[in-house]
Order: sequence, then structure tokens, then C-alpha cells
Amino acid sequence: MAVRPRLAVWKFASCDGCQLSLLDCEDELLAVAGEVEIANFVEASSAVAPGPYDLSLVEGSVTTPEDARRIQEVRAQSKHLVTIGACATAGGIQALRNFQDVEEFRRAVYARPEYIATLATSTAIRDHVPVDFELRGCPINKAQVLEVIAAFLHRRRPTVATGSVCAECKRRGVVCVVVAQGTPCLGPVTQAGCGAICPAYRRGCYGCFGPQDSPNTPAWSSRLGELGLAPGAILRIYRTFNAAAPAFRAAGDAAVQEGG
Amino acid sequence: MTDRTIAVDYLARVEGEGSLRLRLEGGKAKEVELRIFEPPRFFEALLRGRSYLEAPDITARICGICPVAYQMSACHALERALGLRVVGPLRDLRRLLYCGEWIESHALHIYLLHAPDFLGYPDAIRMAKDHRATVETGLALKQAGNAILELLGGREIHPINVRVGGFYRVPPREELETLLPTLEAALGAAERTVRFASGLPFPRVEEAYEFVALRHPEEYPMNEGELVSSEGLVLPQERFEEAFEEVQVPYSHALQARRRGGGAYLVGPLARFALNHDRLPPKTRRVVEEIGLEPVVRNPYRSIVVRAVEVMLACEEAIRLIRGYAPPERPHVDPPGELAGASGAAVTEAPRGILFHRYEIGNDGLIRAARIVPPTSQNQARIEEDLRHLVDARPDRTDRELTDACERAIRNHDPCISCATHFLRLEVERA
Repeated sequence: MAVRPRLAVWKFASCDGCQLSLLDCEDELLAVAGEVEIANFVEASSAVAPGPYDLSLVEGSVTTPEDARRIQEVRAQSKHLVTIGACATAGGIQALRNFQDVEEFRRAVYARPEYIATLATSTAIRDHVPVDFELRGCPINKAQVLEVIAAFLHRRRPTVATGSVCAECKRRGVVCVVVAQGTPCLGPVTQAGCGAICPAYRRGCYGCFGPQDSPNTPAWSSRLGELGLAPGAILRIYRTFNAAAPAFRAAGDAAVQEGG
Repeated sequence: MTDRTIAVDYLARVEGEGSLRLRLEGGKAKEVELRIFEPPRFFEALLRGRSYLEAPDITARICGICPVAYQMSACHALERALGLRVVGPLRDLRRLLYCGEWIESHALHIYLLHAPDFLGYPDAIRMAKDHRATVETGLALKQAGNAILELLGGREIHPINVRVGGFYRVPPREELETLLPTLEAALGAAERTVRFASGLPFPRVEEAYEFVALRHPEEYPMNEGELVSSEGLVLPQERFEEAFEEVQVPYSHALQARRRGGGAYLVGPLARFALNHDRLPPKTRRVVEEIGLEPVVRNPYRSIVVRAVEVMLACEEAIRLIRGYAPPERPHVDPPGELAGASGAAVTEAPRGILFHRYEIGNDGLIRAARIVPPTSQNQARIEEDLRHLVDARPDRTDRELTDACERAIRNHDPCISCATHFLRLEVERA
């Protein structure tokens, strides 16, 4: 039997949801396990084989001094490194700390803050090491993670949706929640990939796949204002699961200028 | 044998990062520290200043395994603050969604994380080489739970359809009914799972747990009920903080909960079943009687049987709820009139046990303060006691044996360290 490529799955600060997406591929899991050697996937196996690894999937953001060191180790052991999800790609929900006083956060949650080792910021993996591909989403779409693994096995570039949630929404035949209901929605500035589920469930997109490639956030923020969102609400809508992604960070800063 | 230090890298097949340090003196466990070093993410702090409507979406991100639990506790707590009552079909849809999460989360633990311990494999994928049909049954069950989450929640992980007051969109009856064939098959698979789990080889252990769970007058508890314990506690759920406190320990990023004036206690499937075994739906009750499962299970290894029973009851309940469903007029209820500053608390039954949320909101609808007590931080101290007993009972074990035994004992409780704050590293010091 040919030597199978070796897969590793790593966790940094996160909710485990993106690596769970891999285990949620119920129909494909055993087939994938036949094509790759799952060499290091601690959540799924107690058999952990040492590196190097051909493909590392990295979940989570860097928030501690130890993790800033560990990601260097992961990169050194990995031929290809793919980040999975909003935490690894943009810092995640926990990057909200980047805009506030982390000392004060620590005191709000823990009675004895001196026991907790943490950095003042939550940062994307790309801020620490070179990344070969980034998969967006909070959480990632499981079809996309299978595509990444398949593309890797066939030595090609992964094909994942680009463009906006709006395009996906139109293809799905969903009635626009902005036009029909006046519901604030981040669809025009958010990357496709989820299947436009929020509009399909009659709510506005909340941007969990992060900014699309060329988002016109200034124009969209002013439209959100016309829909009745106060600057504070516009700030919050950008500053949620991809708050530290550059385009959303800038849109949030602009909302602050407006008084948000 | 008594002078040794052992450091094992990590405990696998649990959700989250942590380590275990054991210090043995004279063949006895002197110190047992379950250390959770999952990086803190400060959810309670980052919720401040957010709209109450954002709380279910934000708190879901505490845990990718049980996001619905966070959404449910958040909604109930905020609804209590806002004076909202969610009843009728909306209440039934919430219970249906929770059934989906219980099925998905328990099937994951039973088949992919826990069963390999009993059958002697490092993981379910290697187990599948010899037990393919078993693993496929587990994956099909898990998929059935996920089918509910996807249809009703929009997606399996971090569902988007849950809202304070109900849902953004409610399905028409015929849409929900498409789930029935899958769930009927899952009910059969769940019954086979109960029989499979009850036939596994179990170490003979009995622990004197104080069990804590919700109890509801009519149903097996998920969203509603009073807080009760096997030691006689009965308390309205919103008064959780009167009976339980959290203490910080220097070696862990998770706070540990204790009974006020008392000690460690256990939440989760064993506790729920011990306190609610008279609330099983009929088909599940019949199978429980047939296998002769005792009403109070104190052997933590046998939690796999109880989890299987809960999968079966969740399938049975899901089918009942769908058959009885008539869509509500509106997908959600809204607060009456102007918002007034208020606070509210609630407890719901996450797959791993009771999950407490409390919020204070201002007149502007923004959250002023939040407090969250997840099930794993409640179980942490009691898991340490299990480990202490395990070490003391067989101090002659080699380091390798001890390490394996401790990892198994921890997995019995399906700890979700992402919740409490992912792998476990085991260090054993023998002086």
C-alpha cells in the first residue's frame, strides 16, 4: 500500500467547532481516513504520531505566550498549513479584546487574575507564520474542509466560493431581507461559503465568514444607517466574529468616528 | 514504586486542552489537579455592551459541541429578565432542537470518544477496521441529530435560527415531517446502542456522588425544571447561585464549582437519570426495564449506557414533538412595551449537565453584566475525586497503567474543556 499523506489537526484558542466539522462529515469520515493517515488529531484519537506532517489544519487564534511559541513548532513540522475558521483566520470572537483593556477583562471573569497567562490580543495564525490557505467561517462549512483535503491530495488549489453572500443568496432564490423586510444584513460585504443560511431563515447575515475580497463597507454602512441602525449598532455588527479582519476592523473604526 | 515523576503529554478524545498532575506519597494520591489550560476567552467580559439579541449567537461560540445549550440558557435567562413567556409550538421546537444536540453530542461521545476505551482501540477509525457496522451505526445516529439541527437551526454547528423569544423562522409542518424517516431509523439505532453499551465490560466501581440536575413535573428535563440534588436540594433554577459557588484554583483556567457549605457534586447524564428515571417516555422505559438498568447508576464507566438511554429518549421525544406540531402564528414573541433594566437567570440541561446563565440588561437593551457556569467546571472537582479513588485503590499500577486508567476515568464524564475553558497533559509525581 502506498504511503498515505499524513494529516494533523491542531487547536489554539477556539470552541472546537471547526475540527468538529471534520467529524461531522459522517458520510465521508471513514473514506477520508482511508486516503490520509490521521497522524495527530487529539480530539479524535489517543494515538498521536510525531511529525513531520504533510497537511496541518489549524483551528483557533493565538492568545497566550505559549501558543505564540507552539504555532512556530507546528509550522516547522508541517509541509502545508491550512487555517480553518474565523479564529485562525481573523482572531475570532475573542479578538474583541483587541479593542479593550484585557486586564479589565481578566478581572471581570476571574477573581484571581494573577493565575491567568494571556496576551493582550487575539491574533490570526497568519500574523505569526506563513499560511498556505485560509478557510473562512464561524464555523467552517464542512463541504469546504473536504474540498481542501481533496485538493491537497490531488495537488491542486482548493476551489471555494468567493464573492459575497448576496450572490449566494440570489442563486438560492431567497427573497432579499433588506429589500423585502428592511432587515439589516451584512450579506453584500461578507464572503460567500455558508449557503446564505441567515437570509434563508429570514434574518440578516451577521458576517461570520468575514469580509469578501472587495467589500464596499463605507457605502454599506451608510445604507445600514438608512435602515435605522445607530452607529453603536453598526459598530457591533462589524465587531463580532471577524472583528479583527482588516476590512471589518476599518468599518468598525469608521462607526466609532460616527459616534458608535 | 513510590518515588516517581511521570509526565504524559496529553489526554485525547476529550473536547479541549488540559493536563492532569498527580502527586503520590507513600502510594496514596496526595495531590490531584485537573488543570485546564485552554486559553481563556473572556466571554462574560466581551458580552458587556452587546444587545441582548446577540447573546445566543455570541455564547454559542463558547462551545462547538453544544452550542444549542448556550443558546437555550441565554434565551431563557434573557426571557426571564424581559418578562417573556415562550410556550406552545415555540417551546416544543426548542425541545426538538435540544433533542438534536443531545443525539449528536452523545453519539459523538459514545461511539467516537468513549467506546474505543472499552474495545481497546486508540480511536473510532481504527475501531472501524474490526467493528465497521458499530461505527457506522454511531455515525448514522450522529447524523440524525445533526439533521434536526440543520433543518431547524440552519446548520449543525452554531445554528443561526435561535432568537430570544423563539426563532427567526419556523418550519411548516411538512418540512419538519421530512425528518421522520431518519428519526424512526435513529430510534432503532438508539435502541441497539443501549443494548450494545450495556453489554460492554465495565470495571467494578461505585462512587458516592451527589447528583444535581433539573427536574420537571412531566418530562425528562431539558429546558425547564427545578434544581434538585440527591441530597435533598430543591430550588427554583434561577436561584442557582444561592446553592452553588465557584472557586478559582491556581492550576486551572476554569473556575471550579462547589455546593455552598458542601463539596464536589456531579452533573450530566448520571445525575439526570438518577433524579429523573421516572420521566422516561414509554419505548425508552421498556428498553431500560428489559436490560435491567438500575435507577441510580453510580459506576462512572456505565455512563455510556445512560448516555445511550438519553439518545433513545431524545429520538423518541423528537418523533413525538414532530407528530404533534402545528406551526405557531409568529416565529417569536417580543418584549411587551418599553425595555426596562432587569436581570434574569436560567439553567438548562446541556448534554454534559446543567448550564447556568445570568444577565443584567439596561433600558437600552444592552447587556451590563453576564455570568456563565458551564457543566464541566461544575464536574471538575468531582472528576478529581474519582481520580483520587482510582489511584488509591491500585497504587501498584505502573506509570503507563495509571496514566491510561486516569485518562479513561476522565473520559467517563465527557468533559468539554472548551466550555470550561483542549488536550490534557498528565503529570504524575511520586514522592
